[in-house]
Amino acid sequence: MADKKWPETWQEVNPGCMVFRPGSASEYHTGSWRAKRPIWDKAKCIKCGLCYIYCPEGCITEDADGFFEANLDYCKGCGICAKECWTGAIKMANEEG
Amino acid sequence: MGKRIGMEVAVAASEAAALCRFDMAAVYPITPQSHIAEHLSDIVNDGRVDASFMTVESEHSALSAVIGASAAGARVITATSSQGLMYMNEIMPIASGMRLPIVMLVANRAVSSPINIWNDHSDIMPMRDTGWVTFFSDNGQEAVDMVIQAYKVAERRDVMLPVNVMMDGFQLTHMVEPLIMPDQEEVDRFLPPLVPYATLHPDKPVSMGTLGMPDIFTESQKSKDVALINSISVIREVWKEWEELFGRKYEPVQTYLTEDADVALVTMGSMGETAEVAVDELRKEGIKAGLIKIKLWRPFPFEDLKNAVKGIRVLAVTDRAVSFGGPGGPVCSEIRSALYDEPSRPVIVNYIIGLGGRDVQVADFMTMVKKAAAGKLSEPYEYYGVRG
Repeated sequence: MADKKWPETWQEVNPGCMVFRPGSASEYHTGSWRAKRPIWDKAKCIKCGLCYIYCPEGCITEDADGFFEANLDYCKGCGICAKECWTGAIKMANEEG
Repeated sequence: MGKRIGMEVAVAASEAAALCRFDMAAVYPITPQSHIAEHLSDIVNDGRVDASFMTVESEHSALSAVIGASAAGARVITATSSQGLMYMNEIMPIASGMRLPIVMLVANRAVSSPINIWNDHSDIMPMRDTGWVTFFSDNGQEAVDMVIQAYKVAERRDVMLPVNVMMDGFQLTHMVEPLIMPDQEEVDRFLPPLVPYATLHPDKPVSMGTLGMPDIFTESQKSKDVALINSISVIREVWKEWEELFGRKYEPVQTYLTEDADVALVTMGSMGETAEVAVDELRKEGIKAGLIKIKLWRPFPFEDLKNAVKGIRVLAVTDRAVSFGGPGGPVCSEIRSALYDEPSRPVIVNYIIGLGGRDVQVADFMTMVKKAAAGKLSEPYEYYGVRG
């Protein structure tokens, strides 16, 4: 059971739906919910990190140059980063289709 | 062997929990459960059990706190009544869904409005579908015994469900009753230390209370339902073991003089003892009366009920709660439904009695039986003794 990603039948459900594999929630890509994605304009970004602090998903990370980017596997497109970015460096762009 | 004592039932039920060596209690006081809250607090404060007593700001928090402690591997207890139970409602299916062996004592009381602190069953009835094993005690001895049995049932690996023990507010909780308090050695022999299925510990990570998407939610609900249905065989086993060790017999449905009965009463809780006396009196008058007492409300004992009603012509089901705008009291609609597919079944009549502490005496039960013998009431369910 612990090796399976998903119980097929009710008999395979662990009591209390307990999950014994740590970090398994990361296998669920909440990015599929996204309707808009954040786009950073590096010319306006001052590397303050407010987007990183405010991201409720914890999916924004700092790259080697000190700029920030969202992991699109988990970014739900909530737009909080764009709202909080006081230099206006983040714009929300519609996802295609 | 245990000692025969006289003790207030709320205190005795708390003492029974102490004999189970609970690790953690979180209780918010409410009449008529307050003596349980106070006494559990005393027991912890006096160091009689190695436990913590968590003071909480509400019943919602009390049940949430014992869920957390139970998930961490503690043997826990909480208790409530009436509005407090209503406030726990949101958390109750979480406790059963997480399959945590929590034990809760409920001092049954009416729910508002109007505000009424006295006894009936309108607090537990809306909790029917929350997935808890539910015992109904008739007297102080049963309340004590059922608390200890509740831990054994809840913690069995093939059950892993919360259990709540009903004791009628005031009628039981505030009565000093003669009872046999088991001794510690006996309880230790009956109830082994809790070995949790899983605990929240960083050395062995586990996620509890997870998200269930549409792909898994139905399977999770069936899994919980089957666990509750199957728990009846464990309950029977535990009650059998109890009888062998302590000499007191428990059955999901307890019958009194039903073998040759023409008309039988059905009760849950403390009124069963009054009804028993009424049956004796009716028998003296030549009326073949009997009594069926339901001790296990969930999982509902369908087979026991079917066997108990064999040969009975009229069943007078008493309900101490109202299903407003419904088919009758909750116990009656359950029984009607349970017997619907039977090729032969008794005529069923329904009395709503004892609401909000209204006294129901021997003579009342006798009147109910005599009236029920005709097989029909003037209404689908009758508020017995209502004025007007």
